[in-house]
Amino acid sequence: MKHILLVVCLGTLSWMAQAGEAQPMAQDPQVEARLVAIAEELRCLVCQNESLASSHAELAEDLRREVRKLIREDKTDAQIKTYLVERYGDFVLYKPPLKPLTWPLWFGPFLLLMLAMGGFWRYMRQRRQRIPHHLNASERAQAEQLLKD
Amino acid sequence: MKKFFLPLIAFAALVVFLAVGLKRDPREIPSPLVNKPAPAFSLPTLVGDKPFSPADMQGQVWIFNVWATWCVACREEHPLLVQFSKTQHVPIVGLSYKEIQPSDQANGPLSDEVKLQLARERSLKFLQKAGDPYKLSVMDLDGRVGIDYGVYGVPETYVIDKQGVIRYKRVGPVTPEVLIETILPLIQQLDKPA
Repeated sequence: MKHILLVVCLGTLSWMAQAGEAQPMAQDPQVEARLVAIAEELRCLVCQNESLASSHAELAEDLRREVRKLIREDKTDAQIKTYLVERYGDFVLYKPPLKPLTWPLWFGPFLLLMLAMGGFWRYMRQRRQRIPHHLNASERAQAEQLLKD
Repeated sequence: MKKFFLPLIAFAALVVFLAVGLKRDPREIPSPLVNKPAPAFSLPTLVGDKPFSPADMQGQVWIFNVWATWCVACREEHPLLVQFSKTQHVPIVGLSYKEIQPSDQANGPLSDEVKLQLARERSLKFLQKAGDPYKLSVMDLDGRVGIDYGVYGVPETYVIDKQGVIRYKRVGPVTPEVLIETILPLIQQLDKPA
């Protein structure tokens, strides 16, 4: 695994060194605008914390080329995303789809928040019951007796 | 006592979660292609003029292995594949993935013919030296077929059944453990006459 990562990183580095920062923009600014809009919501498979729009990895470059081609073919955003999901899985989407498998992902945090709030509420109620505890007459007498001793 | 144990239990649970997370490989992404028909393609082969298409393998279980000479991890798994091809009769088809890298075109883009020729030369040289486990290799110069197969980190290995359905995908080098514990039993099971 380490080797692949190293190769990818070195490859990316050497590629960056050659290509510099500015990539020759494709001819059609409209296509580019749509490409950026779509690619920002997609994950680069190689550098997993980068979007497909910003990644310098070679695979990202290839995938941008494919997306560009699909845009020129007048495919909708949904069709383009489906194209990538069919090949790389839901993982390419930064926003995972809502389905039973991803329910914990979508609703888990709210569930945890509700549990925490419930716990807090119970704790507060117990505390409120405990603090205003006044001594009754016999207890007071007992306490005085203890203090005297 | 409860007060003392509660944080301890919470901490233990956290440790378990982190330990599991540490063991898992973030690069291993479940492939949506498993149990789907292998994407069709037609590509030139390493030797000969006849293009290859997965339909040619219909009726037999085969292994599809994505590799390149620039891929260090591929060299790591290569001896195992060579050994496998000598002892097993299951054919391995190689996919030479993007043999021509951007660094090869630093002095200007190469024509498709030159790319194919260069890629063939390099691959053959490597296979002559290290041994050739492949029944045949196909040349995916621009990585388009790689994209159809969801390739994102070479080497990748697929097991495809008699009906042409992908039954297993591995990202990263095949290790002896994976071969013995997963791939071989799967092949045996798929190879059984129906």
